[in-house]
Amino acid sequence: MHDRAPAAIRFPKETPLISFAEPSTLRKMRKQFAVGALMAALTILTAPPSAFADPLTVKVGVLRQTHSNETLSILDLPAPDDTLAGAQLGATDNNTTGKFTGQSFDVLDVKLADSDDAAAAVDKLGEQGVSLIIADLSAERLLAAAERAKAHGALIFNASAVDDSLREENCRANVFHIAPTRSMLADGLAQYLIWKQWRRWLLIKGSHPEDELFAQALRSSAKKFGAKIVDERVYADTGGGRRSDSGSVQTQRQMPVLTQNAPAYDVLLAADESQVFAGYLPYRTWDPRPVAGSAGLMPVSWDASHEQWGAVQLQNRFIHDFRRPMNARDNSAWLAMRMIGEAATRTNSSDPDKLRAFLIGPDLSIAAFKGVRLTLRPWNLQLRQPILLSDGRMIVSVSPQEGFLHQSSELDTLGPDKPETKCRLQ
Amino acid sequence: MQIAMTFRALAAAVAFLSAAPANAYLAYVSNEKGNSITIIDTDKLEAVKTVKVGRRPRGIELTKDGSELFICAGDDDTIQVLDTGTLQITGNLPSGPDPELLTLSPDGKIVYVSNENDNLVTMIDAKRKEQVGDVPVGVEPEGMALSPDGKILVNTSETTNMAHLIDTQTKKIVANILVDARPRFAEFKKDGSELWVSSEVGGTVSVIDPVKQIMKQKIVFEIPGLSKEAIQPIGISITRDGKKAFVALGPANRVAVIDAETKKIEKYLLVGQRVWHLAFTPDEKYLLTANGVSNDVSVIDVASLKVVKSIPVGAFPWGVAVSPK
Repeated sequence: MHDRAPAAIRFPKETPLISFAEPSTLRKMRKQFAVGALMAALTILTAPPSAFADPLTVKVGVLRQTHSNETLSILDLPAPDDTLAGAQLGATDNNTTGKFTGQSFDVLDVKLADSDDAAAAVDKLGEQGVSLIIADLSAERLLAAAERAKAHGALIFNASAVDDSLREENCRANVFHIAPTRSMLADGLAQYLIWKQWRRWLLIKGSHPEDELFAQALRSSAKKFGAKIVDERVYADTGGGRRSDSGSVQTQRQMPVLTQNAPAYDVLLAADESQVFAGYLPYRTWDPRPVAGSAGLMPVSWDASHEQWGAVQLQNRFIHDFRRPMNARDNSAWLAMRMIGEAATRTNSSDPDKLRAFLIGPDLSIAAFKGVRLTLRPWNLQLRQPILLSDGRMIVSVSPQEGFLHQSSELDTLGPDKPETKCRLQ
Repeated sequence: MQIAMTFRALAAAVAFLSAAPANAYLAYVSNEKGNSITIIDTDKLEAVKTVKVGRRPRGIELTKDGSELFICAGDDDTIQVLDTGTLQITGNLPSGPDPELLTLSPDGKIVYVSNENDNLVTMIDAKRKEQVGDVPVGVEPEGMALSPDGKILVNTSETTNMAHLIDTQTKKIVANILVDARPRFAEFKKDGSELWVSSEVGGTVSVIDPVKQIMKQKIVFEIPGLSKEAIQPIGISITRDGKKAFVALGPANRVAVIDAETKKIEKYLLVGQRVWHLAFTPDEKYLLTANGVSNDVSVIDVASLKVVKSIPVGAFPWGVAVSPK
């Protein structure tokens, strides 16, 4: 291994410097190589001229829960390294920069079973010297983790929870929100539908509490931008699996019934975060109408088909390293890692207080392949970001749409704005 | 047909009779989605020819004598060499995957190219068409510039957010300078005293002292009625006397005119949509801008600081270079 070490001077990008992650065979091989690479790295750190004297190691935990395999499309099945892979790619990118600054970034993976306590996991990470945590958790678990993180002086980067409440009444001063909210997603979709002059919406929501939350977001988008919900229906989840050898025969008969006798409408909106029915709607509605929301035209923070603004470079790096497309959770984790990297580079520190001060300060400007710089809303630590509208194959459009104006940033036409916020950071 | 052509040429000539007679140069514009190069006669200020080239042509650079045009054909993973006399592709340089921008050594012997996918700057012998070295740089290397004496090569890395200063003799990095987010382009003053780097997402231009290897100053742009996010600096051109600089501002659809000595912004010139790269005519009478979304080239009269014409070109124009011939 050591005689190969000089190759590490180049830091091939598929070689994460250090990875404590769940090892697949490939990862294991890399890990072995990485040890050699690390040794070499330490010896050559002094070689490239650097204004930053002391080597600095930044440890970042990835705290993630298991995502449901109950998806309508097998394309949406979660990968074993969901979220984690994004953080690892972010660390690899940061480490390439780090060879010039004398910084290295480690990823420590903690995967929670359904019964595991998120707060206890934060303690454990704290014992390992981790005070920066990328979280892929439900709202409830995120709050528990944030509470415990406060005791450790740790920062949490929310990569997946879209709940508005986490940015409003339940906002926390140590939680940065990389994922957009339901209301940002709904507003991003609504602006496009208004631009299309599709103002009459038929809303069908599922029977889970999250579906009602998404329905609420769509209702307030309709009110905000001048659309009309002509009728609202509920599709009850009666249980049962998603796969069937009998195929689409029944679905093809059920969906027209669900959507018949509706008042005149332009577009059908589905609120179905648990993937119970929305994916079945396109091409099966009683009236020939487009579907949007949880299926059809979907508002997302990232999609494997996104290629504009140099995004294809990130997609290529991800596929090269992990042999699968990058999903929205991976992307949020990558972005969180990049924000940590950016803050560490600019402050030459891994101290959470210093990083936080930089992140909420005026100098933050994150390049995330969305066509504009991303910044944080200082009042609730939500990342401002464009919303992609994907049909699962292509990016159809990107919101904010032209003509939706704002006095300071058009990105703040998405989701609740400062005057409406219920957040009091503490 | 011939009569019509002559008449058009005549009309163009009449239209510009009032202006001082310009030297006739040929400008080359890469059309990113058109997979072509549009050739513009800078005397007539019109497109005279379109040449089909490789896929996704972006960065283009002419040899000093104008006899060859090097074209980064990103989707063909190669740099094509176009003979500007015969307008035939005469060869390919082994650039590595997805080349985007390149620069040439003063003697024209070495081509320096950024390879975004490999985090490398690659050096190619133009004659032997062989790679002669590479330098590992930051994530997504993009902008390339060479100091006027050819000794220092600058590369900007878009995700690392640095300008890497590379000694062309030893092929080693001698300095890394942090700049704002997504640095895309670098340009030296002709006397080598300053290096300017544009940050597309950061929205600024960094002015670097390449000798002391430190940041001197940051230029910030503000345009009434436009959000900060819409101002995305890309291409930079500085006049030979080092007095005036022009910076393309991308989706702001403007070119900023800057006093290159005081760094004061004098004016914003409205050009076509999504302005990418810029090039002077050799006499510095005109500055041409490639406008990606409006499929045209705006012509700026450098003396009067007025946009005097827009010339339709191919689909999604990106790079521009003007021949001394």
